[in-house]
Amino acid sequence: MKAGVVVFPGSNCDRDMKIGLENSGFDVTMLWHKDTKLPKLDLVVLPGGFSYGDYLRCGSIAAHSTIMTEVKKHAEEGRLVLGVCNGFQILTEAKLLPGALLSNKTLSFICKPQKLKVASNDNPFTDLYMKGEEVMFPVAHHDGNYFADEDTLKEIEDNNQVAFRYVENPNGAVNDIAGITNKKGNVLGMMPHPERAISKLLGGEDGKKFFDNLLN
Amino acid sequence: MKAKVYVTLKNGVLDPQGQAIGKSIKNLNIKGIREVRQGKYFELDLDSAENVEEQVKKACENILANTVIENYRFELVA
Repeated sequence: MKAGVVVFPGSNCDRDMKIGLENSGFDVTMLWHKDTKLPKLDLVVLPGGFSYGDYLRCGSIAAHSTIMTEVKKHAEEGRLVLGVCNGFQILTEAKLLPGALLSNKTLSFICKPQKLKVASNDNPFTDLYMKGEEVMFPVAHHDGNYFADEDTLKEIEDNNQVAFRYVENPNGAVNDIAGITNKKGNVLGMMPHPERAISKLLGGEDGKKFFDNLLN
Repeated sequence: MKAKVYVTLKNGVLDPQGQAIGKSIKNLNIKGIREVRQGKYFELDLDSAENVEEQVKKACENILANTVIENYRFELVA
């Protein structure tokens, strides 16, 4: 399977993401934010970091980068898009996912291993997990507090779009939401970093299973 | 011509920064201020084109405000 990792000015988790994907067997290309055409890809990943210095709002400027027109087309064709951390923020700003990411309730940057439970396995990202299965991925964010208004939240829950929930919510995210998909299920945004949990040497291997699952 | 744009959080959106600012104000012994909510202010320097108001609205809708969590309003000044 072919994956592309987009690099925005200020992205800093792009190379770890490449390693995480390759470690599970993906063929990875790095994509520059100004690219006007995407090669044929199965998966596009928006990695973590501080694109455009988090100016204005996290991900707000990256959401309008040249390459995002192509990423939106890729998503409309039903292909896979994964946004991790800053990538999740960019997906909400680009309206590829509902809701928004606010500042953590505690106003502090949270950096630690985080227990999550799989809330839905109705999408290609989590379909090889069991519902309720617990995984541990590190979080490292200041603005991971997921928010959606009442109506949007009801829709997200009714459509089974919540992929991961926090066990012991660290940032105040509504309904403990750590990761969601779009209605179709081909776009996933999540705050925790699976690419930082691909080996015992890094403190955990749960992330390897996440990428292995994606290959199927 | 200039546009003065005000972007504010919708009601019901948590504002921990505003809360922290409110606490600081109290710590300075300034009384009578119950709640603080933080927003953003932009000044746009405009071409004197005809549909400039429409363009300002577009800027607000598409980038200056995240309409999921923020409201905006603007005024045009000479």
